[in-house]
Amino acid sequence: MTATDSRTGPRIVVVGGGMAGHRLAQQLAARGGPRVLLLSEEEHPPYNRVLLAEVLAGRYSPEVAALAPLPGQIEHRQARVVRIDRAQRRVWCDDGEAVGYDRLVLATGSNPVLPPLRGLFDDALTGRERWGHRPAAKAGGELPAGVFAFRTMADCALIDAHLPNVRQAVVVGGGLLGVSAARALAVRGVQVVLAHQGEHLMERHLDEEAAELLRTHLTELGVEVHTECRVRSALTEDRRITGVELADGFRLDAELLIMAAGVRPRTGLALAAGLEVRRGIVVDDRLRTSDPAVHALGDCAEHRGTVYGLAGPALAQADRLARILTGQDAPYEGSRLLTRLTLTGPDSAPLDLAAFGETVPAGPGDRVVRLADASRGTYRKVIVRRDEQGGDRLVGGVLLGDLDTVGDLAGTWEGDEALSAHPLHLLTTQSTTTGGPSR
Amino acid sequence: MNEAATATHCPYCALQCGMGLRRTDGPVPVAVEERPDFPVNRGALCGKGASAAAVLAPGARLTTPLVRVDGELRPAGWPQALDLVADALARTAAAHGRDAVGVFGGGGLTNEKAYQLGKFARVALGTSAIDYNGRFCMSSAAAAGIRAFGLDRGLPFPVEDIPRAGCVILVGANPAETMPPFVRYLRELQENGGRLIVVDPRRTRTADLADLHLAPRPGTDLALALGMLHLVVADGRTDEEFIAGRTTGWSGTRAAAMAHWPELVESVTGVPLPQLRTAVTMFCDAPTGMVLTARGPEQQAKGTDTVSAWINLCLATGNAGRPHAGYGCLTGQGNGQGGREHGQKADQLPGYRKLDDPAARAHVAAVWGVDPDTLPGPGRSAYELLDSLGTDVRALLVMGSNPVVSAPNSAHVTGRLRALDFLAVSDVVLSETAALADVVLPATQWAEETGTMTNLEGRVVLRRKAVEPPAGVRSDLDVMHHLAARLGHGEGFPTDPEKVFDELRRASAGGVADYAGISYERIAAEDGVFWPCPSAGHPGTPRLFLDRFATPDGRARFTPVQHRPAAEEPDDAFPVRLTTGRVLAQYQSGAQTRRVAELNAAAPGAFVELHPRLAERLGVADGEPVAVVSRRGRTVTPARLTTAIRADTVFMPFHWPGEANANLHTNPELDPTSRMPEFKACAVRLERAPEAG
Repeated sequence: MTATDSRTGPRIVVVGGGMAGHRLAQQLAARGGPRVLLLSEEEHPPYNRVLLAEVLAGRYSPEVAALAPLPGQIEHRQARVVRIDRAQRRVWCDDGEAVGYDRLVLATGSNPVLPPLRGLFDDALTGRERWGHRPAAKAGGELPAGVFAFRTMADCALIDAHLPNVRQAVVVGGGLLGVSAARALAVRGVQVVLAHQGEHLMERHLDEEAAELLRTHLTELGVEVHTECRVRSALTEDRRITGVELADGFRLDAELLIMAAGVRPRTGLALAAGLEVRRGIVVDDRLRTSDPAVHALGDCAEHRGTVYGLAGPALAQADRLARILTGQDAPYEGSRLLTRLTLTGPDSAPLDLAAFGETVPAGPGDRVVRLADASRGTYRKVIVRRDEQGGDRLVGGVLLGDLDTVGDLAGTWEGDEALSAHPLHLLTTQSTTTGGPSR
Repeated sequence: MNEAATATHCPYCALQCGMGLRRTDGPVPVAVEERPDFPVNRGALCGKGASAAAVLAPGARLTTPLVRVDGELRPAGWPQALDLVADALARTAAAHGRDAVGVFGGGGLTNEKAYQLGKFARVALGTSAIDYNGRFCMSSAAAAGIRAFGLDRGLPFPVEDIPRAGCVILVGANPAETMPPFVRYLRELQENGGRLIVVDPRRTRTADLADLHLAPRPGTDLALALGMLHLVVADGRTDEEFIAGRTTGWSGTRAAAMAHWPELVESVTGVPLPQLRTAVTMFCDAPTGMVLTARGPEQQAKGTDTVSAWINLCLATGNAGRPHAGYGCLTGQGNGQGGREHGQKADQLPGYRKLDDPAARAHVAAVWGVDPDTLPGPGRSAYELLDSLGTDVRALLVMGSNPVVSAPNSAHVTGRLRALDFLAVSDVVLSETAALADVVLPATQWAEETGTMTNLEGRVVLRRKAVEPPAGVRSDLDVMHHLAARLGHGEGFPTDPEKVFDELRRASAGGVADYAGISYERIAAEDGVFWPCPSAGHPGTPRLFLDRFATPDGRARFTPVQHRPAAEEPDDAFPVRLTTGRVLAQYQSGAQTRRVAELNAAAPGAFVELHPRLAERLGVADGEPVAVVSRRGRTVTPARLTTAIRADTVFMPFHWPGEANANLHTNPELDPTSRMPEFKACAVRLERAPEAG
């Protein structure tokens, strides 16, 4: 802890030392500005959550994924905040201490959602309606051995320690996180079954055709993919996982069960403090909550109806909020970032995937432009919609396997500009760059 | 009569190609010849070098001093002109203090002139207000080089080492247009099986040669370098032995790189991740690698950090302080290297000594025969100096620079120059800056005088006098001698360049850039001598750092750097990025090359380069006039449509004055360390312009 008593001026208290909170503190320090106290509850030093799957895959050691230490002028304390007293402008920590603030920033992130599986908890048989609402923090110690969420470095370390005993694993959830986790386990030599309830993989981001190519890639890596597949029960012996039972009664053996069925913003503190919360803590373009002395950002925040849940927007919000908190008017107007996923195999060439916006046409007025090359496993598609001024706008797209045009496509998406008459250029290689290794 | 050609060097860029000058009977007094024995260019010359003699023609250059009378510049005699200058400088100092007299030098001046100008400012004028246009050139690379290696020399190896590297990354460098004879080393690299990667927002002639071209958005190459370093770590391709044995600071730098994961870097730079992976594979598969930067990464408000990021990539992969490997900067101006070593810089004394270092002050003061306490302290950097004209600095002497065209935010700078009480300019031609002066002093140039230059390799070369200057033209050394005498310093400012060089040798002795062992005789005998060369018996140092880096502990230093946006990012009002640069047939502010007919025929005027898709949105056809509008100015130039540029970026060359001057737009936001302005990225809006009348 660094003493900051000599400093004057308003004090900013940041709750949460994940990527958003860390970045905010770093940027505030870089701007030479205010007194900052960062309260974080994680015991691990702050790390880059984006790299978690790569850590699990063994590509990075946990130290390598650590974020740079915060500058000395940032006061940092490991403590869990249990209550916000908005009237007195202070927060209460679980160690009984109260900390006063002039501005409070909530960067509390999100928790994994544990799917409603029978057998997860001791009282599993007392009624399944409870499971979906169980907070992970409370559940942590109660899960059977071999069952893990995949959200934190601590999860990652636990999974890693468990792997020597694992021949077969089941990953529940075929979204971005589940796909990454399944790939990482396959790289580690584990036989993996990916069980996904939806019709196709990553349906929030991909259309059916792209998802099918992704599935083929995962299969080649050794992952067995089941879609429209609901896991009903966790099978345990002596509170140790032995397998799962699917909704159709089929049973799979597994020594490892990973729950990657999504995350939920951590809004409890804000709710209890009477701040407006919908899916996330509601913030305006200055990243202010319904109390102007309290800001929120990152995975816990809902801005213009969107909870991003991605690192890119969280960092963009942190940069913006650092400027706002040091006296600049720097409204945050939302992020239009591509969702990106890279699946690196041990031997095979990496599979690159980019997706954004709507990947399925909303009606007959939408133009779909697509290029697919099944033999190369590449797929490119954009959806273009006529706007009220008669201009064509990009509303979504997918690139899989061939990302040569991703820079241009991202620029067009972010800029939200009217397209030229021939949007095909968004899918074909630009001549601004010469090709790859030709010799 | 068939006398031998004079062996000398080109008047233009930092390559300082060898050339011969043979006398003629025509209006142009010499003809340029090949000089195949000089190793850097082995006889090859570009169009600028081959046509260089044209600037010696009487019509192209100044031949008499000019003095402003009733608002007009009129011919005058030397005594009168010198009296006017000395008097104005003395009066200004008396009325407003010594720091109210400023000096602005140039990276084209010989070592002797640059040295003498620093001494003139600190001894004869007693002012701290001196800096030079080299600040706009390589100061970011210099700062990053010192930070990492403890020493700044453009290349730590001779250019002949470049073809022996396995992979070379050129970052924001376009030598195919700016120093064409250099390209042979790139071709030889590829003939030897080495790979060339070019990083540039435009597909330049240089990028066309590359095995891989990465085209990041202007101002994002810092992120690109971090992304490459990230992948180097992820792929386990760091050189742990080198990191452990020869560097310090790795863990913090690694953490900074890990915070820039590849997909984030793709989003920031617009460079597809597969290309980034290919670049890393190419660089790491090669037995040795080099990274060479030029103005692209350097001319940014984060230029020093950007160069540091590329140096970090070299250090992490063991590509420094070893043969055929390392980081280098392709210096731009003819004497960009020597010009920064001998005291023209606001914070430096000869020998690359620090002006705020008591030992350095004592050493140099002893050579100069003055009390160290009389030497002024560090002054303002180039743009800050220009920005203070007419307020803090009231009289200015400019030598060999044309800031009206070459400074950022040039309309503002021109206004500041006009606000001066007194402006004197010494130059070869009536440049746009000279045209604003109260007194213009016609200076001898290349081929009319002798002096040394230090090229981008740190090789000190000798330019020899090949022809008598026209009557009425004097050398800058002569000007400083007579001005100093009028200011009460009859001694200490000799006019013979070799005498000045001998004093420079003593002043630099023991410094970082130690010239003590270099003499005109040795330069002639050895095709130039590489500094440091501390004694007559020392062979010079073509290759630096092979045993140790120039830091106190001998280790290279990693610097953890973070990406940050350009000072002015595009927004709704100014949605397009502008970047600036050069064309093949022109040089710098064009003061020389715009006076050469064949170069003007090849590159007659300014233009704005844009992608056809951007042009389509504007409704502009190739060749039609386009208005480029920024927060600082408005220019109208013809559109040049090309798919060789990103669709979110436009490019303007900066060689032309007036309405078309690209520097009307450039952002004077400064790098916090190097004080380099952000020439390479600003925000503009494009409009269709009415046909010029």
